[in-house]
Amino acid sequence: MLELVTFSLLNGVVYGLLLFMLSSGLTLIWSMMGVLNFAHASMFMLGAYFSYQLGLAIGFWPALVIAPLLVGAVGAAIERYGLRHVHRQGHVGEILFTFGLAYLIAELVIMVWGRNPIENRVPATIDFPAFALFGTRYPFYKVLMMAISVGMFVFLYLAFKRTRVGLVIQAALTHPQMVSALGHDVPRVFVLVFAAGSALAALAGVIGGFALLTEPNMAAALGPIVFVVVVVGGLGSIPGALVASMLIGIIQTFAVALDHSLLDLLRVLGIPLARTSPFYEVCAIKIAQAAPIIPYLLLVLMLILRPKGLMGTRET
Amino acid sequence: MSIRERARSTGAQITQGRNTRSAPGSPVSADAGAMRTYRSWIAAGVLLLVLPHVPGLDSNFGRSLLSQMGIAAVFALSYSLLLGQTGLLSFGHAVYFGLGAYAAIHLMRAINGGLPLPLPLVPLAGAAGGLAVGLLFGAVTTRRAGVVFTLISLGVGELVFAAMRMLQGFSGGEEGVTANRSRGPHLFGLDFASQLQVYYLIVFWALVAAALMHFFIRTPVGRMCNAVRDNPERAEFIGYSAQRVRFTVFAAAAMFAGLAGGLHAVNYEIVAAEAVGAARSGAVLLMVCIGGASHFVGAILGAITITWLQVSLSDYTAAWQLYLGLFFMAIVLFAPGGLAGLVMMHAPLLRRAAFPDLLRAYAVASMPAVAMLAGAVMLLEINYRLSTQPEAGTRITLLRVSLDAATPWPWLAAALLLVGGFLAFRRTWPGVAAAWQRATGEASAGGAR
Repeated sequence: MLELVTFSLLNGVVYGLLLFMLSSGLTLIWSMMGVLNFAHASMFMLGAYFSYQLGLAIGFWPALVIAPLLVGAVGAAIERYGLRHVHRQGHVGEILFTFGLAYLIAELVIMVWGRNPIENRVPATIDFPAFALFGTRYPFYKVLMMAISVGMFVFLYLAFKRTRVGLVIQAALTHPQMVSALGHDVPRVFVLVFAAGSALAALAGVIGGFALLTEPNMAAALGPIVFVVVVVGGLGSIPGALVASMLIGIIQTFAVALDHSLLDLLRVLGIPLARTSPFYEVCAIKIAQAAPIIPYLLLVLMLILRPKGLMGTRET
Repeated sequence: MSIRERARSTGAQITQGRNTRSAPGSPVSADAGAMRTYRSWIAAGVLLLVLPHVPGLDSNFGRSLLSQMGIAAVFALSYSLLLGQTGLLSFGHAVYFGLGAYAAIHLMRAINGGLPLPLPLVPLAGAAGGLAVGLLFGAVTTRRAGVVFTLISLGVGELVFAAMRMLQGFSGGEEGVTANRSRGPHLFGLDFASQLQVYYLIVFWALVAAALMHFFIRTPVGRMCNAVRDNPERAEFIGYSAQRVRFTVFAAAAMFAGLAGGLHAVNYEIVAAEAVGAARSGAVLLMVCIGGASHFVGAILGAITITWLQVSLSDYTAAWQLYLGLFFMAIVLFAPGGLAGLVMMHAPLLRRAAFPDLLRAYAVASMPAVAMLAGAVMLLEINYRLSTQPEAGTRITLLRVSLDAATPWPWLAAALLLVGGFLAFRRTWPGVAAAWQRATGEASAGGAR
């Protein structure tokens, strides 16, 4: 039991930190630019594919740095030459643009790398056991993943609170007009935020690509979850994104491990339910089966009951 | 509120001007308008009656294609009530389509089991199912507009999809639930064994639904939808609850989506979990945006175009989804009014003296545009083929021209067409802008884009 709890907790933390890396960029883009970026998970996917391709040529460590930079450049180009022009059309236009972009990037990935998952294996340089727990060896790359995401949190937090650009961004969250009135080049800050957010997502993709299957569908599978994290954590809040990612990561990993259903609970309470009852099927669903629903339930409830999110400063 | 939102609210009047339809004019012109509307409805009805007998469409395939278009048109129209009329962008509209389809397929199973109900009424079960679910979810999701509505709709969509995959007994999961549309009481000897009979059933319900939606837009509630879209604060100030208006239109849209789902169940005799999935929600979004959300015919135009592309383009190229995505992006970037918006932009110019001029400018600009497109298509096709079917070798046939992708020549030719076409297009485009300016007679006609 203790072993199960420990490993579920560890895996939950790893998954949660991965979600955090994705959502921290999205929450910045969203809160600052008001853009619900559906293509954010596509940047994650591009990171995974770019690092795979670069890794073949120049090895893992350089790819870990270069792939996010490349994706960041892609993000800057998207903001400068695409998004900026549709923002005249309002929210709907922007959402449609990023939605179309996500669709297009998935198709382009199919065009370049094919429809099947690529063999994005953990490179030998980081594939060794870091420590042993209950006789099971824990791989180093998962530890690396945790270290990078914790480093990212610290970096973002400090950059936000201590640097000049961070202060401008923070001010723009609450007093956008004042910031531009004070003479800051707001469009350039937008490009910067979009590029940085994309690069962060790509960094998550470089190390997350090993843990998940690297295939053209990975963006579509992960995209909605990232929105959940941002909404639950609260718009524009980096600590909120961290808390929400951990929460969802841990809930999901634990739910998968739980093999109980409402039926079991009713049985314990001494209420038998006949097989013919119309509620039998609903009650027989195991928590493990219901795991995919939990984040979306959380999303809908959060938006209805507390639109600010856990640690947000303003409503979504 | 972000910087961009602020900037937007000042420019709101300008951008939203294109969405407002012309206000009803004097009584005389209103009567004439009504006559024109009746005439176009009758013309549409007659056209739909003869269409399955037109050569080329009189096969089973053609009639099945027309049936699919009819279903898609009802679905798209219901979506344009939300997006076009009320400004609600939903990412989960397939929920109401799919659950309506499930209601209909379960009713069909009951009919197969001996329930004495004629098949033509089955789509009504879909509408009832869609309405019931729409009332249930709408009460929660329409409490907020804008981005929050979009997100909740996304969450509800994912939620229902996951739930459908879990409730195997109700939904049949990936395999789906099947029923037989011919087994049951036959009204007037109609057994719906032929696609033609099914087509006419779909046309009947599609016309009823389209007429009802057309009528709905013109009711006071329909007008309030526009008001809530354009300026919710002002709508609230004159005493309307924006939330009530959103809820009403949401329930109506869910009902018509459910009707489309019911038609889907009758047409295919199978409903699977993907009927409520995100892909279908995305497809209807594509249809309405490409057709044009702010015009009634836009949704129909989009439904016809996308269904046709899905069926026929996929025969020609494996990369059809890529082209669909590019087409969608082009519409979003350059023609936010959609295809219908483009048509409407040109309609008032038809009788202008400068119109032939404009056509000539279009013809000149279209030549480099075609070259550019040909180059892009060639590059995409070669790349797509090489990466998705590497085992098929490098010899590729495009439009009966055989080429070998192992040599540099096809790549060079494609790049030349693309870059040369682009440069030439940039030189010819100012001519179009100038001709547009002359045709509209406005000083500030940057609208040619």
